[in-house]
Amino acid sequence: MLKVVIVGNGMVGHHYVEQLVASPVEAEITVIGGETRPAYDRVHLSEFFAGRSPEDLALTTREHYIEIGVEAHFGDPVVSIDRDNKTVITETGRSFGYDKLVLATGSYPFVPPVPGNDQDPCVVYRTIDDLGAIKAQANEARVGVVVGGGLLGLEAANAVQNLGLETHVVEFAPGLMGVQLDAGGSAMLRRKIEALGVTVHTSKATEVIESNTAGDTRLLMKFADGGSLATDMIVFSAGIRPYDQLARDCGLTVGERGGIEVDYHCKTSDSDIFAIGECALFGGRIFGLVAPGYRMAEAAVSQLGSDKQSFQGADMSTKLKLLGVDVGSIGDAHGRDEGAIAYTFSDERIEVYKRLIVSKDGKSLLGAVLVGDCSDYDTLLQYYLNGIELPADPETLILPYNAGEAPTLGAAALPVTAIICSCHNVSKGDIVDSMDAGFYSLGEIKTETKASTGCGGCAALLKNIVDEEMASRGLEVDTSICEHFAYTRQELFHLIKVDSIKTFDELLEKYGKGRGCDVCKPAVGSILASLWNDYVLEEKHVGLQDTNDTFLANMQKNGTYSVVPRIAGGEITPDKLIVLGEVAKKYNLYTKITGGQRIDLFGARVQHLPSIWKELVEAGFETGHAYGKALRTVKSCVGSTWCRYGVQDSVAMALYIENRYKGLRSPHKLKSAVSGCTRECAEAQSKDFGVIATENGWNLFVCGNGGMKPRHADLFATDLDDETLIKTIDRFLMFYVRTADRLQRTSVWMENLEGGLDYLKQVIIEDSLGIAAELEQQMNNIVGTYQCEWKTTIEDPERMKRFVQFVNTDAEDEHIVFVQERGQPRPATEQERLQLLDKSA
Amino acid sequence: MSQATTICEQQDLIINSGICANVEGQQIALFYLPKETPQLYAIGNWDPIGKANVLSRGIVGDINQRLVVASPLYKQHFDLVTGECLEDSACTVPVYAVELVDNKVILSL
Repeated sequence: MLKVVIVGNGMVGHHYVEQLVASPVEAEITVIGGETRPAYDRVHLSEFFAGRSPEDLALTTREHYIEIGVEAHFGDPVVSIDRDNKTVITETGRSFGYDKLVLATGSYPFVPPVPGNDQDPCVVYRTIDDLGAIKAQANEARVGVVVGGGLLGLEAANAVQNLGLETHVVEFAPGLMGVQLDAGGSAMLRRKIEALGVTVHTSKATEVIESNTAGDTRLLMKFADGGSLATDMIVFSAGIRPYDQLARDCGLTVGERGGIEVDYHCKTSDSDIFAIGECALFGGRIFGLVAPGYRMAEAAVSQLGSDKQSFQGADMSTKLKLLGVDVGSIGDAHGRDEGAIAYTFSDERIEVYKRLIVSKDGKSLLGAVLVGDCSDYDTLLQYYLNGIELPADPETLILPYNAGEAPTLGAAALPVTAIICSCHNVSKGDIVDSMDAGFYSLGEIKTETKASTGCGGCAALLKNIVDEEMASRGLEVDTSICEHFAYTRQELFHLIKVDSIKTFDELLEKYGKGRGCDVCKPAVGSILASLWNDYVLEEKHVGLQDTNDTFLANMQKNGTYSVVPRIAGGEITPDKLIVLGEVAKKYNLYTKITGGQRIDLFGARVQHLPSIWKELVEAGFETGHAYGKALRTVKSCVGSTWCRYGVQDSVAMALYIENRYKGLRSPHKLKSAVSGCTRECAEAQSKDFGVIATENGWNLFVCGNGGMKPRHADLFATDLDDETLIKTIDRFLMFYVRTADRLQRTSVWMENLEGGLDYLKQVIIEDSLGIAAELEQQMNNIVGTYQCEWKTTIEDPERMKRFVQFVNTDAEDEHIVFVQERGQPRPATEQERLQLLDKSA
Repeated sequence: MSQATTICEQQDLIINSGICANVEGQQIALFYLPKETPQLYAIGNWDPIGKANVLSRGIVGDINQRLVVASPLYKQHFDLVTGECLEDSACTVPVYAVELVDNKVILSL
């Protein structure tokens, strides 16, 4: 079999492995990585300081490589290549033979040759291990300097600021991000970054770094212009250099300024050796972005099969958030073409800068710069990539909307080959294909094509394409909740709220038809509860509830119920544990610990529910709402009270959160968790909302999910104090309750929100809709009117009449039969039941 | 000959919802819909798909103008008048004659 050895396991090296495994090529694959850990997401490295752990950043695991049949070695870098014998040799002296060799060695950070750059508090920003070093240095530092004002430098500055240091950026060139931005864009970026508390020093050549004997900092940087800057640590992030030493040593052709030369098949000067990613030089260029690296990996894999593809270079346009500032750069940002015309819009009040570079004839877009507002990026990129003819007045593309309607680029104008999602390389054609296959909702199309599931930047464009396709097919998505109401859940919520509707009948009369059904009734029941919080078993509401809500318990397959008392935060006293055991024994219930740190009691007959609950309520238990579309549990780890690593009291916070939101009726169930440190033992990132303690407060994650469709929660806000955390969750939950579809979990809800996470942040944190106070007020109403439904029920004889097996006799349902298994009851199978009946007969 | 039995009083019924009665060993789901004519409906309590005695605990409503109860187990709809399952017409549950006379619920097997 073909032996393929891949040297380097960064993002691109890993992508190559994945592509090769997925291809029809039969190969024996060996991966040799210099770092001690398998491939991880370097693009989001700075999130390490905002609460992400190395595991979160991981793209694969050793176990996964074993599963897919890939031999992998880490922490033992390759030190030489023997081309004659087709062998590579590692640091520890192991050798591996190859038929085809792939160099994906990446790059290393460039450290300017300044005397004193090798002192202890001088670090680089490239790997997870580097981040550990930065963190260690930061513990003893007050001031941090980043050398490098480019894309990577500003990423590093973000990290330094996240560590709570006074942050400076020192750049040799006259402006920030000189490669991607023109002077005007660069100036606006500087203005915005300085407003965020980062001090920027440009045109500064560092001459020497000395230990600071006079001041209260550790180091002193001296500049060529005579100035100086005192600091405690220095992070070098002044660009990258290709890791090409292996190639040089074995005589492969390398570029004058570094980089392993490759052709459009990604082959080096030795046709059995490929180079991909940041170590490769194609057409005299290094491609320092991940997307072109992926395209190289794909082209290189295809050379081993019959369907050979080529790498033709890649567009280096980029859109990103640096220190929270939106920055976009397309094509030639500097207008180098002869005769190119530039259009510039700058607004210093709102700190937005936009520039278009247009061809001499005014027909095509050559480049663009966006700072402070990237909303036009997707449209402009499509004009640029597809050579679409510009409107007669190109300036309208970047002018503020109130200056005249900006001509929107119709999705119909895009060719089918247009790449919509560059993260996952999804073209307009792929999206249309998935619609041909019958997927029409945005959520389904995202799942099918992966479009808009990377950075999410193309969400608006994706929606335009889907909408236009639907229109051109004469299709309309019927969003009616059911045949009785021609409205979505969101619209019903609005109608009920605005008209102050208090009952289902009132709503049906005003806005519906027929009698209702098992779809609209519980949905409306839930909305009424979210808004007015009446007791759910009141006569006017009782017919709306699913059996679980009617009997305040969860129906099981044999018609019995399970009972889940609230054990907030998973904390329970020994006395209460004993009560649960006693109740379970008395009523012959099967007991099991749930995933949400509670105890579930199974097999209760409907007529026993009230007496079971009477005993539980007397012992101080409350209903756990396991039956409702409501807040379920807030899981917690023991936190700083007991744990050696905890930094906050996670149990107390979990208790507070669970008690605050218990009973909140919502479009679907809600789960939460609180972890006391970044080790994340409570698994908060798999919850609808999760809280993770930091040294300075709490990080809030939202819209995670476990279960059938797992989704990692997104980091929403960092280092919140207790009060701000609760306020933010109040707003988030109420906004979800208001706007989600029926039975839509938060994860799907967010994926369907136009604008996604950014939009959600604007609404919840920045209050862009001006509804934050109202959301908080609404939540306070719900919290203030909480009642334990079981306590209310057992105190009301009228409600109790429901809890009988038969209205006309005290007999039991003889179909419910239990057998013993592992010392507990379980429902009898049909066969077992018949056998037992035979015996007793 | 069908035999008429008094099951319970009107006040034992739950408006717009169901209760269950046991008549000679047979479980019967009774639904009280005061706005409909007639107001009372009786079908078997046994859910032939979920295989448990649960239909009296389902939500009532209408689908294409047919009065139905949705099984609380797997949500199939059963016609309150004919007993037919809307999702699987091969599946039916028994229906019983029931009426309200002088506040008493009278059922014929």
